[in-house]
Parts: sequence; C-alpha cells; structure tokens
Amino acid sequence: MSDFVSGFWNIYVVGIVLVSIIGCGVFLWSQSSATHVEGATTGHVWDGDLQEFSNPLPSWWRWLFYITIVFSLFYLAMYPGLGTYQGQFKWSSTGQYDGEMKKADEQYGPIFKKFQSQDIRAVAANSEAREMGQRLFLTYCSQCHGSDAKGARGFPNLADNDWLFGGTPEQIRESVNKGRDAMMPAKGVKPDLNGDQIKDLAHYVRSLSGLASDSIRAQRGKELFAPACAACHGPGGQGMVGVAPNLTDKVWLYSSSEETIIETITKGRTNRMPAFGEFLGDAKVHLLTAYVYGLGGGTKDVAAPAAVAAPAEAIPAEKK
Amino acid sequence: MLSIPTKQLSDSKPNFVEESLYEVHRKVHPRAVSGTFATWRWTLVWVTQLVYYGLCWLPWNGRQAVLFNLVERKFYIFGLVFWPQDVIFLAILLIISAYSLFLFTAVGGRLWCGYACPQTVYTEIFTWIEQKIEGERNARIKLDAAPMSARKLWLRSAKYGSWALLAFWTGFTFVGYFTPIQTLWGSVWSFSLGPWETFWMLFYGAFTYLFAGHMREQVCKHMCPYARFQGVMFDPDTLTITYDTERGEPRGARKKGVEPQSIAKGDCVDCGICVQVCPTGIDIRDGLQYECIGCAACIDACDQVMDKMDYPKGLIRYSTEHAIEAHWGWKDIIGHVVRPRVIIYSAILGAICVAFVWGIATKASLRVDVIRDRATLAREVEGGLVENIYRLHVINVSETSHRYAISVSGLAGIDLVGERIVEVPAAAARSVTVQVRVPPESGRKGSNQIHFDVKSLADERVAVHEKASFLQP
Repeated sequence: MSDFVSGFWNIYVVGIVLVSIIGCGVFLWSQSSATHVEGATTGHVWDGDLQEFSNPLPSWWRWLFYITIVFSLFYLAMYPGLGTYQGQFKWSSTGQYDGEMKKADEQYGPIFKKFQSQDIRAVAANSEAREMGQRLFLTYCSQCHGSDAKGARGFPNLADNDWLFGGTPEQIRESVNKGRDAMMPAKGVKPDLNGDQIKDLAHYVRSLSGLASDSIRAQRGKELFAPACAACHGPGGQGMVGVAPNLTDKVWLYSSSEETIIETITKGRTNRMPAFGEFLGDAKVHLLTAYVYGLGGGTKDVAAPAAVAAPAEAIPAEKK
Repeated sequence: MLSIPTKQLSDSKPNFVEESLYEVHRKVHPRAVSGTFATWRWTLVWVTQLVYYGLCWLPWNGRQAVLFNLVERKFYIFGLVFWPQDVIFLAILLIISAYSLFLFTAVGGRLWCGYACPQTVYTEIFTWIEQKIEGERNARIKLDAAPMSARKLWLRSAKYGSWALLAFWTGFTFVGYFTPIQTLWGSVWSFSLGPWETFWMLFYGAFTYLFAGHMREQVCKHMCPYARFQGVMFDPDTLTITYDTERGEPRGARKKGVEPQSIAKGDCVDCGICVQVCPTGIDIRDGLQYECIGCAACIDACDQVMDKMDYPKGLIRYSTEHAIEAHWGWKDIIGHVVRPRVIIYSAILGAICVAFVWGIATKASLRVDVIRDRATLAREVEGGLVENIYRLHVINVSETSHRYAISVSGLAGIDLVGERIVEVPAAAARSVTVQVRVPPESGRKGSNQIHFDVKSLADERVAVHEKASFLQP
C-alpha cells in the first residue's frame, strides 16, 4: 500500500477496519440475551397467505458469527490488509510469483543445465531438446517468425539455408542474445537516382534471380548497380553476411514483385530484431539457438524437426 | 402454490411469551423403525454407498474405471474419456438432475430428501452405529443425561471412534475419485500424501462426521436451501406424508380392541411413536412442516400401531391435500398425477435425457482445433504461391493410439506442406504446424473459407471436417 500519499490514510483505513470488526463483535455480544416472541409474525403477508414468522436462531449459528470475527482478525494479522501493515506471513503477489519462479527453476533448471553444457550441434540432434526448443520458439519467436519458423514479409525465414546474419551456432546465438539492426539507405549510395533509373535497377535485380524482366531496362540497371548498390550487395549482387542480403537467390524478405523492389530502392528499409538475451537467460537461448540451427543451419547431419516421421513429400527441401 | 407453514398454528395459538432468540440444540434420538419405507430407505443406503465406496476400486482397461483426473484435465468414466471441451455434458447432467428433482418433488414430495440425499443416508448410517453401541432411543437419552462414568466414556469413545473411522474412509474414497485410489491407499500407509490430498480427505471426512454425527436435522432445517424452496414445487396434488386429522382426532389413549366410536375418539391412540421415530423431531400430526424431510418413518411406525390395535393402516400415509379434503382413494390420487406441471417437467426431462444419451453415443473420438498463425497473415513463397500457416491441435479422445491423415480443400490448387500424417497416442493431444499454399489467383482477396480433413488411417469413420479461413493478400 505504498500508494498512500500521506500517513493519514493508513490510520484512516486501519481505524475503519478495526472499529468495524470490533463493533460487530460488541454488537453480537450485546445480543446474547436478546428475546423474541415465539410464533409471532411481522404482520407482513404476501400472495395472500405467505407470512413472516419470528423463529428462533439456532444457538450454534451465533458461533459462526464469532468465528468470522476471529478469522478476520487472524487474517489481518497474517496477511496485508490493515493499511500499510504487511502481515506476519509477509505475503505479497510479487513474492508469490518469485517463489513460484524459483520453484520452477529448481524443477526445470537441471533439465536446461543438462543441455547447456553440450555443443549446439549435439543439442540440435537431441529430440528432447528439440521439443523443448520448439515450445520455447512457439512462445517467444513464433509471433514474428511464424509457428513453422518460415517467417513472413519483413520477418526472415529461419528454416531455409539463407542467413542474413550468418547461420553458425555462434552467429545465431548472437542474433538471439543481442538482436539485430539492419538498414538499407534510400537509393543506396547514389541519392540522385531518378524514378526511371530505379525501375531499371528493379528489372536488373529481378533478372539476377531469374525472374521475368525487360532485358533493355535490366541492361541499363546493371550499369547503375555498380555505383548505387555494389558497395553493400557486392559487384555480382551476392550480398554479404551481416551487411546486405544476397539478391541472386530466390529468397525475398519483402516480396520479389517489381513495385516492392522499386519501393525498397526508393525508400530504403529499416528492420530490427529485438535482443532476447537478458529476458530469456543463457539456458533458454542455448536451446533456442540449437532449435533454430537445427531447422536449416546448413548442416545435413541434423534431422528435420518433425516430431513424427512424415512421408517424404511432407517436408520439401527449402534449399534453392 | 401450497404454502408450508413454518409452525402449525391451527390448533394451538401462539402463547406470545418472550423467550431467548437463540434456540439451544436439543439432540434428536430417533427410535429405530422397520417397515416398507424403512426397507426402501435402507435399500437406497446400500445401493448408493456400494456405488460410492466401491466404484473407485473398479479397474477398466488397466486404469481406474471412474477417475476425475484434475491435473491432466481428463475425466474417465468406464469407456469414456471426457475433456474440458466436454463440459457441456456436465451442464446437461446438472440440468437433468434439476429437472428430475422438480419432477419427483411435484409428484411425490421430498423423495430425494427422505431416501437418497447423502445427508439422510449418512445420518441413517451414523445413527445405526450409535444405536449398536449406545442402545435404543431410551438408553441413549438416559446415557446423555447420565454423569460421566467409565462406561459412558467407553461408549462415547467407541461411538466417536467408529464415526471417525467411517468419516475418514468416506473422505479417502472421495479423494480416490480424483487421485488413483490404489496409489492413494499406498500413500496413506507410507504417510506420503500430498498437501491437497490430505486437506480434502480431512475436510470431506470432518464434514461427514460433523453433519451426519452431530448436525443431522440441523443441516436440513437451517442449511439446506432445498428444504426452503420446495414450496414452489408442491401443489395440492403432490404426495406428502399426511396425518389424517379427520380420522385420527380427537386423539386419546385407550385399551386394545376398543372401537374408537364407542369412546367418542378418533383412531389416534396418542402413543407418540410417530414423534419418537422422527429424525427431525417434529410431530407430523401438526400438519405439513418445512422440517419434514419425507422419510416416512412415521408411516411405518403408525402402521405397526394400527396393526396392533386392529385398526386399518394409513392413519399417517402418503396423500395429497386434495385427496384428504375430498376423501380420495389411490385411484383418484393416481388419476391426478398427470397434470400440466408434471407433463411439462417430464417432457423437458425426457428431451434432455435423449439429447444426453445421443450426445454421449455420438461423441467424437477425435477433435481438431485449427489455430491460424495470427502474426503471419500470408506470405509469398517460391513459385509465387501464397502460404498461410496453421497449427492443428489434434486431440485423440479415444483410448487407442491413432495415425491420422491431414488434408485440405476449398480453393483451386490448394495444397498442404508439412506433416500429412500425425500419430497421436491414446488420450493425448499433439500440435502440428502445417502450411497451406494456393496460387495467387485462387480465391478472392481477403478471407476464404477452407476445410481441413483429419481422418484416422485405421478407421474411416473417425474423421473431422474442420473449418478454417485462408487469407489472400
């Protein structure tokens, strides 16, 4: 009850509560010798024949009232309720939460610990760890990357073999722990690009991954690519891990359509993955890293993350 | 509506004396009774308690036949497994219970109270123990009044001890419906009960002891709401335990074989046995009272007295307000059973029972929840196809392991990526992530209805056709 702005309210609450409880007790006690007239009615009649009689109260019923008074005093002594008084049990909702979390840590800690000391590749191959990783992924990651980890527009696919920031265990761990920031400047490094030139560039970029394009525009775009884009995307458009995406593959974070590419070049792109290291802790990050690594980290020795063996056509290779 | 007086005022006017507002509890020592209705009641005591104490020990397919597993949230009742989604059946069961109560009460008064209510049943058992240990009514009254002695101490300890044992067994059985009772039995002996198991065992046991041993009629009189709202279900054609005032009054003692007419008296010999046998301590001759639980002990007792006096039975009998007024026989009473209220209650009850049985009989052994990924609305994948992601929660409600085939339909060129076969163990659930792909020109922009089909590979009839929506950007 630290919400009180002055000590007066504390005394006010305590006073009202105690006076009420004690007042009830005194009143109850004062009624110990109360009397009534057996068989008399209050004189009220409903529905023609329904009367209200004065009947005695069972003696034991009175004790229930006394018990509630004793209980309320006991409760107020043990639990918070009397103004700012914390109670003898020192109970609080945050304390209960911490206690439950501690208990959960004691219970699940050893399971996490077992995997934390293992190499990522070994953890990724372990089916129990994979199931744990999947549950963690569904809880913390699927909101953006999807339940199947295959991403969405603006959110990278984690189940293929294309890695914007690298697919080694250490690189994945860093992505989860510290998050990632990515920024493509508008019009690349050539701010004087006009609309037509941007369209030419778009056609060239589409031709890089074998998509339909106007060959004349693509040719003109190719000439603009070197001064405007190659600094980051490389002279051939193959990109660079941690710097710029590969433009020659079939993986498109923001769709491969002409208008989207024009929008990307015109306005640039800013994207960000938040850091999870502090929030999740090393043990969970370790399992998540292994899970994501196992999804498609370029290693053939790790089986697909299906909980149940599926027929061959069920999991098409996401490789290009 | 028939009003049930809280105190009968017809004969004795209130004396208007001021007295304490608090009524000191006077222990009722009912006299043991035998007869038709006592046999009925004891039959129901046996039936209900054999079911209650015995059912939890019954095995079924390697598990407890009836087990309400709160931790796993699965209720097993013989061959059926109920999941939280089946809560509708619990609701229907409660509605059936309520309508049964309405119907039986409209026809036969407080049949539930008198014969089957746990409060009556356990009071009956506890009173029987009391009678075996302390003796008949008179002996018990004498013992109550006697000062403490070695004998009284012994009798009291024996009685309370027996009650406590039975109460504990009742509490143990109760918990045994929620925790496998075999394991529970072991835990009791190794003192390794969980805190909640211990709490509920003692809680349920303590209240059995308190209510059946000490509170008894106080529960019915002051705590049970049913006793108080039965009035709305009674009508002048409802069977109630009735004293035939016209035939019985004026009451009075007489020698055996004396004709009532010859001494200008009614048939009631005023022996008071009907009062002595009453478990709630009332005098049925004062008329219908809210304290009367309809146990018919007074009918059995009075019939025996009438037999001894060579008078016809039935001075106290099941009758109705109309029947007493108009001197109806059984034929007339039965003729008046069919009345609008009874017809309506029966029709509703019948309909709900049919729905319940039909629902249980056709309860699906497979359930599928389709959960669309909400963050990822739709995405473009190679080949320009549009993809939506779904998580299928496949719940196998049956008790055998199943392999299910998943397919999707509803849009031109629709296809499924991901697991097409999923194996779910008995009474378990599994989440499967699947991707659905359609060509971009398929369907219309926005939400399109599609359907998932999940079919058991072993049994074609075990199938679910579940609706879902596909978003076309």
